[in-house]
Amino acid sequence: MTLRALVRTGVAKFFGRAWLVAGFVFLYVPIVALVVYSFNASPMPVVWAGASLRWYRELPHDQELLRGVWLSLQIALYSAVGAVVLGALASFALVKYKRFWGRTLFAGMVNAPLVMPEVIIGLSLLLMLVSMQQSLGFPQRGMFTIWMGHVLLGMAYATVVIQARLQDLNPELEQAAADLGARPIQVFFLVTLPLIVNALVSAFLLTFTLSLDDVVLAAFLNGPGSTTLPLVIFSRARLGMRPDINAAATVIIAVVSVVVVGGSLFIVRTERRRAAEIAAAQRA
Amino acid sequence: MIRPLVTRLFDRMHAHPLFRAHSRKAVISLPFVWLLIFMLLPFFIILKISFAQMGIASFLPLTQFKDGVLALNLDLTHYQFIVQDQLYFRTYLNSLKCAAWTTAWCLFIGYPFAYFMARAKATVQPALLMLVMLPFWTSYLLRVYAWKGLLLNGGLVSTILIKTHLDWVLLQAEVITERGMFMNTEFALLVGMVYTYLPFMILPLYATLSKMDGRLLEAAADLGATPWVGFWKVTVPLSKAGIIAGSMLVFIPCIGEYVIPELLGGPQTLMIGRVLYDEYFGNLDWPMASSVAVVLILLIILPLAVFNKYQAEATEVRP
Repeated sequence: MTLRALVRTGVAKFFGRAWLVAGFVFLYVPIVALVVYSFNASPMPVVWAGASLRWYRELPHDQELLRGVWLSLQIALYSAVGAVVLGALASFALVKYKRFWGRTLFAGMVNAPLVMPEVIIGLSLLLMLVSMQQSLGFPQRGMFTIWMGHVLLGMAYATVVIQARLQDLNPELEQAAADLGARPIQVFFLVTLPLIVNALVSAFLLTFTLSLDDVVLAAFLNGPGSTTLPLVIFSRARLGMRPDINAAATVIIAVVSVVVVGGSLFIVRTERRRAAEIAAAQRA
Repeated sequence: MIRPLVTRLFDRMHAHPLFRAHSRKAVISLPFVWLLIFMLLPFFIILKISFAQMGIASFLPLTQFKDGVLALNLDLTHYQFIVQDQLYFRTYLNSLKCAAWTTAWCLFIGYPFAYFMARAKATVQPALLMLVMLPFWTSYLLRVYAWKGLLLNGGLVSTILIKTHLDWVLLQAEVITERGMFMNTEFALLVGMVYTYLPFMILPLYATLSKMDGRLLEAAADLGATPWVGFWKVTVPLSKAGIIAGSMLVFIPCIGEYVIPELLGGPQTLMIGRVLYDEYFGNLDWPMASSVAVVLILLIILPLAVFNKYQAEATEVRP
């Protein structure tokens, strides 16, 4: 290699690394700053007045926040379950059945919430629920209506995750099971389901966090007494910086990170084990 | 013990003629019906309401049957108002402009990022991918809120920008109105948007770039292309699906963004998501809010179709 080429690859390598590092700094600096300032003793947002756990000590006494946390966790759990079930069915329909009536419309509707501005989904769903309530007398706005919105949003994300996994699936495995006499439903529960369980877990985690995070849909769909955690945080954040939000944020970020990293490790481990099992089966 | 029981149950269920005939239908129709009711029907309802007249407490019905005459009352004043009113026109235009700038910056930062990520050692790639996705998992509301602290007077980013005199450049670019003041400006809004939507750009780009066959670049080099030419003539065209999917994933939701303008852009920001929200919650004018939403849907329907075409190709991430 000539000296010039060497210099050129060296520069390219350096530039590439610098770009990646700068990008990660951009992505992580706000999160780090948020955590650091949660330990600030001063109630002023940007004045550092020494380290303190003051805001953490006040968290357990914040009734509004605690009620929000409890409500949000419930909604997140139920909507993750709903979204994963519907998302799995939608992915099956899209991957297994290449032709059915209205497939293009179906695919479009599944994908739309990925990009559709949330204000539109929120407003249209709300006005429909209001019309329903006027003619049928239900549903009352509250936890149930927020759940509906979150399932709708989460279903789109769950479908993307599960669909990708289903497309990668080796069809020979299912065929082999069928050849060995398994009925379709047995094939599903004994072969397909264990193979896609990782995708189901990550779809569950993703939709759970999405629901835990949503402001706009909850703002449109909530009712009296159903103020979710993001709504509590948002209404306080609008007024300015408050260290108690930083403390709550740090706790949320810590919990979510632990769960996501744990979940990912679980997925990597089962994936490896399964790959080893398949390899062993092929050798035999 | 339990397994044979379950298997027997499945057997009987599966032997049932009803199940045989309808399992395919059930798999398709359950999510289909759900989406028809909660995704499609609401759009027709806001379309209907957008043509309704506002009564005292709620809007009036569109059709009226009286003395054997069926009357259809379509109130077009809301649309007239949107078209004629300068403020609405400027707000739509400004939303499109803001979304376009956000997309351009995300592409500018995200493309090299995804490119270098895809060319990093195979062993570190899953870790890099995890690092891009982790902020995506942590609350976006909290991450936008965090920028408030960085951009306020005395905040970290604010201080750096003032020390490096970059605030002068920003003033010349007319994204801030006064040196040293960053909160509630176009600049703050753009930073928040780019920051929030950057992972949405990186992930599809990385997915297409990491699937690319490296031998194609070698072939180009053998045929005499410099790396620069090879990049523009081979790499970029091959990542077209990722570029389009990523751009749409950023552009479309940005147009109607509500939280970021509300927290970072300040009260004078002209963003259509905010206007819609205020029209509903502030003025309680449902027909007007519906009309604003219908026009917004018309604006995004074309990009949405483009997105659907390229989505399947590009959003698959293989670590």
